[in-house]
Amino acid sequence: MGLLDVVLGGLVLGGMYGLVALGFNLQYGVARIMNLAYGELLMGAAFAAFFLVTVASVDPMLGLLLIVPVAFGASWLLFRYLMVPLVRRARSREQLEAETILSTFGLLYLLKGGAMVSFGGNLRSYSYLNFPVHFLDTTFPANRLLAFAAAGLIALALGLLLGRTRTGTAMRAMAIDPLAARLMGVETERLAALAFAAGGALVAAAGTLVSTFLSFDPTVGVEFTMKALVVMMMGGVGNMMGSLLAGLLLGVAEALCSRFVDGGLTLAVAFALFLLVLLFRPRGLFRAG
Amino acid sequence: MKKISRRHIIKISAAAAAVGAVAGPMRAVRAQAPKSIRLGYAISLNGPFAPGAGITTLPNYRLWVHDVNARGGIMVKEFGKRIPIEVIAEYDDGSSQENAIRLTEKLMTEDKADFVLPPWGTGMSLAVAPVYRKHSHSQLAVTAVTNGQADLVKRFPTLFFFLGASSDAAQALVGAVAKLKTAGKINNKVALLSVADQFGVELRAAAVPAFKSAGFELSVDKTYPLTTQDLSNELKEARASGADSLIAFSYPPDTFMLTGTAQGLGYNSKLFYTAVGTAFAQFKGKFGAKLEGQLGIGGFDPSVAGVQDYFKRSVEVTKATPDRWAGPVTYASLQCLEQAIEAAGSLDRKKVHAALRGTSFKTIVGDIDLKTQIRGRQFWVGQWQKGEFVGVEPADMLGASAMTFPKPPW
Repeated sequence: MGLLDVVLGGLVLGGMYGLVALGFNLQYGVARIMNLAYGELLMGAAFAAFFLVTVASVDPMLGLLLIVPVAFGASWLLFRYLMVPLVRRARSREQLEAETILSTFGLLYLLKGGAMVSFGGNLRSYSYLNFPVHFLDTTFPANRLLAFAAAGLIALALGLLLGRTRTGTAMRAMAIDPLAARLMGVETERLAALAFAAGGALVAAAGTLVSTFLSFDPTVGVEFTMKALVVMMMGGVGNMMGSLLAGLLLGVAEALCSRFVDGGLTLAVAFALFLLVLLFRPRGLFRAG
Repeated sequence: MKKISRRHIIKISAAAAAVGAVAGPMRAVRAQAPKSIRLGYAISLNGPFAPGAGITTLPNYRLWVHDVNARGGIMVKEFGKRIPIEVIAEYDDGSSQENAIRLTEKLMTEDKADFVLPPWGTGMSLAVAPVYRKHSHSQLAVTAVTNGQADLVKRFPTLFFFLGASSDAAQALVGAVAKLKTAGKINNKVALLSVADQFGVELRAAAVPAFKSAGFELSVDKTYPLTTQDLSNELKEARASGADSLIAFSYPPDTFMLTGTAQGLGYNSKLFYTAVGTAFAQFKGKFGAKLEGQLGIGGFDPSVAGVQDYFKRSVEVTKATPDRWAGPVTYASLQCLEQAIEAAGSLDRKKVHAALRGTSFKTIVGDIDLKTQIRGRQFWVGQWQKGEFVGVEPADMLGASAMTFPKPPW
C-alpha cells in the first residue's frame, strides 16, 4: 500500500471534515454564534435521512432536497427567536459569545435528550452506494467518494457566493469587522440570520452524507462539533476555503499517522495540530498571525 | 459538562429523596408480605455506553419485569404468594463511573431497593462492584468481560460473571483459525485491528501471543480510537499484506463501519471477524444476507427451549429485537435471580445469594451454574448462517454448528 494510496484516503476523509467545518465557520465566523449544538443538527439530519431511507425508501440524495431546506428554516427560526434577543442585548462580542455558548450548550442537551427519548439509544445505519470504485490505482467506497465530491462542490459554491456576490461581500465584511460593516450600511442582523441558517443547511447536508457511510446514535453530535471547531480554527475563522483545506490537511495527517505510527493516536494528532495552530498561527494556517 | 449533569443528578436525587420521605412512613406500617419486590438500576441512558446499554441491557431488564409481573410476580414461599416487581428507579448514570457508583449506593441505601441490577460495560461493572460488596447485594455482572475474573470473584464474593474472560474469547478464536491453518485452508498471515479501549486492549493482549505460538504472523497489528470515523486505510493495508484472515476486536460503531467499508472496498478476506455488535439485530438489519459467513464474538444455540419465544416476546414488549450474544444472557441472568428467590423462598438477600451460588438454573441460554460465581463454558465465536448468529466455537459445545468456510464474497 503506497504513499499515494494513504494520501488519497486521507483526502477523502478530510473532505468530510472540511464539509462539517464549513457550516460551523459560517455560523461562528459571520453570525458570531459559537453553536455548540452544531453536531446535534448533524445528528438530526442523519436521523432524518435514516428514516427517509428505511421508512419511505427515499434516496438520501433526493432526501437532501427536503432535509436541507427544513434545516435552513429551522436554523433561521432558531436564530430569530433564540439568538436575536442575545445579539440585541449583548454589549460586546465577548458577552455575546459567552451567552450563545451557554444557550447552545443547553440546546445541545435538549436536542440530544429529545433524540434519545424519541429514537432510543440504538446505533442506526443503512447501506447506500456501498460498492468499490477504482480510481488512480486504488479503491474507495462509492459513498465516501460521493461525500467528498459534494464537499468540494459545496465549498466551491460557497466560495463563489461569498466572493462574487454583494451579499457575500457583506458577509465577509461582517466576518472581519461587524461594527464597521454596520456603519457601511450592511444589515448585519438580517445577514447574520442568513449566515446562521445557511450554516444549519450545510450541516444538514453533511449529516445526510455522513449517514450514508457511518453508523450513528443520538450521542454522536459532540464529536463532530469538536472536529468542526478544530478544523475551523486551523483554517481561520471566517475563511471558508481555509476550512476546506484544513479539513483535507487533518484527514491526510490522520491517515499518515494511522499508516506509519498507529491509528490509536489519530485523535492525538488532531489535537496536537490544533494546539500548534493556536500557539503559532492563532488566526489560522492561511493568514499571517 | 460535568457541572450540568451533576446539578441534574442532584435535582433528581432531591426529588427522589422527597418521594422517599413520603413513602417511608407507609412502608413502616406494611403487612408481613410486601406489596412488591423493590427493584432498581442505574444505567447509561446517555453518553458513549448508551447504545450498548440500550440494545443489550435495558430492554432485557424491562422485558423480565414485564414477564414476571404477567405471571403475577415471583413466588416467595415465606409469604406463601406471588409478589410482583416494582421498578422504583431507572437512573441515568450518563456513562460516568462516579455517577454509577453514587446512584447504585443511593438505590441500596436511600431507595431501599430489594435488588439492584448492574450497569452496562466492563469498566462500569467493575466500578460499582465495591458498592455491591459493601451493601451485600448480589451483582449479576453480565456485560463484563475481563481477564481478572478468577481474582475478582475472590475479592468480591457478591460478584457473578456470565460471559467468561477475554482470554477465553481470544483463545477460542485463535483455536478456530489455527484449525483452518492446519487443514491447509488458510495462510499463516493474520491482520489484526483492535479498538483502543479496555475491551480491545485485553483481547489483543491475549490473542497476540496465542497467534504467535500457533505459528501465525501478524501482518498487520494496529489499534484505532473508539471514535474513529474511517478505517479504509487499515483495511487496504490488511488487503495489501496478503493475510487470509481479518480479525477486529471492535466495538459496535466500528464493527458497523469495518463491515460497511470492507464491502465498499470490495475487500474479501477468507475469514472476517468483528467483535461486539456483530450479534446485533441492527447489524443484520443493515447488511442482511451479505453477512453470511461473517464471524463475531458470542453466538448461541437457537434450539434451546424458550429462546425463540423470548425473541418473539422481546419484539412485542420492548419493540426491539435483542442481540444474539449478551442480550439473551442478560435475560438468563435475571431468570437465575428469579429462580434463586424461589429456591430461597425469601427476599432476604443473604439467602438469595446462597441460592444463586448453590442452585443450577434452567435458562434461555441453557443450564447455568454459578457455584464458582463464574458461568462455565460458552460460545465464544459465532457466525452468521442463513440469517441466524449461531455458535461455532468451542466446536464441542452442545448445540454448536459447523463453521462455514471460506466466507462467501460480499
